Amino acid sequence: MKILTTVKRVTDPDMKVKIKPDQTGVVTDGVEYKMNSFDEYGVEEAIKLKEAHGGEIVVVSVGPSAATKEIRTAMAMGADRGILVETDEDLDSDAVARVLAEVIRRESPDIVVMGKQAVDSDRNQTGQILASYLDYPQATFAYSLEVADGWATVGREVDGGTATKRVKLPAIITADLRLNEPRYASLPGIMKAKRKPLETLTPSDLGVDTANKVNVLLFEAPEEREAGEIVEDIDTLIDRLKNKAKVL
Amino acid sequence: MANVLVVAEHLDGKLRKVTLPTITFASQAAALTGGEVHVLVLGNGVDAVAGEVAKYGVSKVHYANSPVFENYLAETYAPAVVKAAQAIGATVVAAPSSTTGKDLLPRVAARLDAGMVSDAIAVFDDGGIKFRRPLWAGNVLTTVEVVTPVKVVSVRTTDFEAPAEGDAASVEAFDAGVAASETAEFVSFDQVKSERPELTDAAVVVAGGRGLKSGENFQMIMDLADTLGGAVGASRAAVDSGYAPNDWQIGQTGKVVAPDLYFAVAISGAIQHLAGMKGSKTIVAINKDADAPIFQVADFGLVGDAFEIVPALTEKLKSIV
Repeated sequence: MKILTTVKRVTDPDMKVKIKPDQTGVVTDGVEYKMNSFDEYGVEEAIKLKEAHGGEIVVVSVGPSAATKEIRTAMAMGADRGILVETDEDLDSDAVARVLAEVIRRESPDIVVMGKQAVDSDRNQTGQILASYLDYPQATFAYSLEVADGWATVGREVDGGTATKRVKLPAIITADLRLNEPRYASLPGIMKAKRKPLETLTPSDLGVDTANKVNVLLFEAPEEREAGEIVEDIDTLIDRLKNKAKVL
Repeated sequence: MANVLVVAEHLDGKLRKVTLPTITFASQAAALTGGEVHVLVLGNGVDAVAGEVAKYGVSKVHYANSPVFENYLAETYAPAVVKAAQAIGATVVAAPSSTTGKDLLPRVAARLDAGMVSDAIAVFDDGGIKFRRPLWAGNVLTTVEVVTPVKVVSVRTTDFEAPAEGDAASVEAFDAGVAASETAEFVSFDQVKSERPELTDAAVVVAGGRGLKSGENFQMIMDLADTLGGAVGASRAAVDSGYAPNDWQIGQTGKVVAPDLYFAVAISGAIQHLAGMKGSKTIVAINKDADAPIFQVADFGLVGDAFEIVPALTEKLKSIV
């Protein structure tokens, strides 16, 4: 079974981002980067699929040359080879999906497992757009995945409960948080990852025009909430809720 | 005509409330495009839902009944939405930023060769139609423009009021002409049944965190919620620890809520949690750690042991509300 997974290099989600004074973006100096947390679930699931069914895992990133670090991390976890589609542009989800669609047409994987959203842009679009461009079925927000007889049975996190969907392979699966417990890369894994093949391409090598359909014009900080009051006891709290906030 | 199409959501034969703020967004967008608001209802036996949504100040409701639409599947709904959007000349296609909207709309956008905006919190004219949306777990707001003629938008429904009821719009059957998918099958939907209000609709939300230490201890969160007629939520840490079901999760990766009153009990207030509740009108934090970041967003904070405070608070509130 050939499994394709994707990783995005994002700012460390535990760090608070700062907006540039000219409001054209966020400050990147001194910022730490890591693999998008949802992608860790995607990589882990790819490894579990390989452990169960055999085959090969290809990990793909669309991003700057520094994203080789996130590809190597995925390789250290267990991916077999990597593809970096190098670009310094800030692509929208549609452009990333067009790039990935071209990679997938070349690689013809049996299944694609990727994160449901990136924790920087919070768009939650790429997997679905990709599925549409490839005319694949999709199973988003997966918390469970079983593959048998050319179909995937996917448990999905949805509003009001859970849903189960079956999709014929090849399909796009996007990972939610409960899908698995991503493993840490072992030291031998990290050493081995350095020798695994990594191909670097550009969008133009793939014949993809990366013009965005959505442009970000302005970055702003949200309005801060005013500092509140620490109350002494329950009676004071109830009094404030009744008489100040007027919510009781 | 530069119309706006809203994809309605429904469950158990009733309109889901998240559709209503989406209609308000659509009316604001239509005022900018100079078009009308149309609503599309897909399902099997959705005449009543179509009649219900027609009362909310929209121009026209289109509904399609088909066994193919009995259960939601992106693979069958997306082509139907695309066909409807083209039929009415929609330049904006909107749906709630629910799990269904998030699953469906990017697929629709790709088929319409449209750019998509996720979680729009505002639409306005600034030398052309623009949208505002949060990123980085709500720590950044951006203004975005969509350069394609058709724009697809998922709407963060906590940022728009529900419209008032008015005269009923005309309701028309729509022939989507979509065949069953050969590559995707609906298997089941396991609904969590609850007497409590839906999390994203509730006026009061009481949420518990990892500090509660066990699932059993969530009972006091439920008691406080029930006393106030509220919904129960949880932080990601509490969900990951198995104390609370996943659909209670509030935050960047869970649900976004904006109730009148939000109780954060034993929740530290990580960035990713704040993303889901910062828009609440009044926030109360109960935490034994006086340095917990949650106190920086709380209107009222009580430093102390939740195991003592919450039951005592619930008892006192019982005699008040």
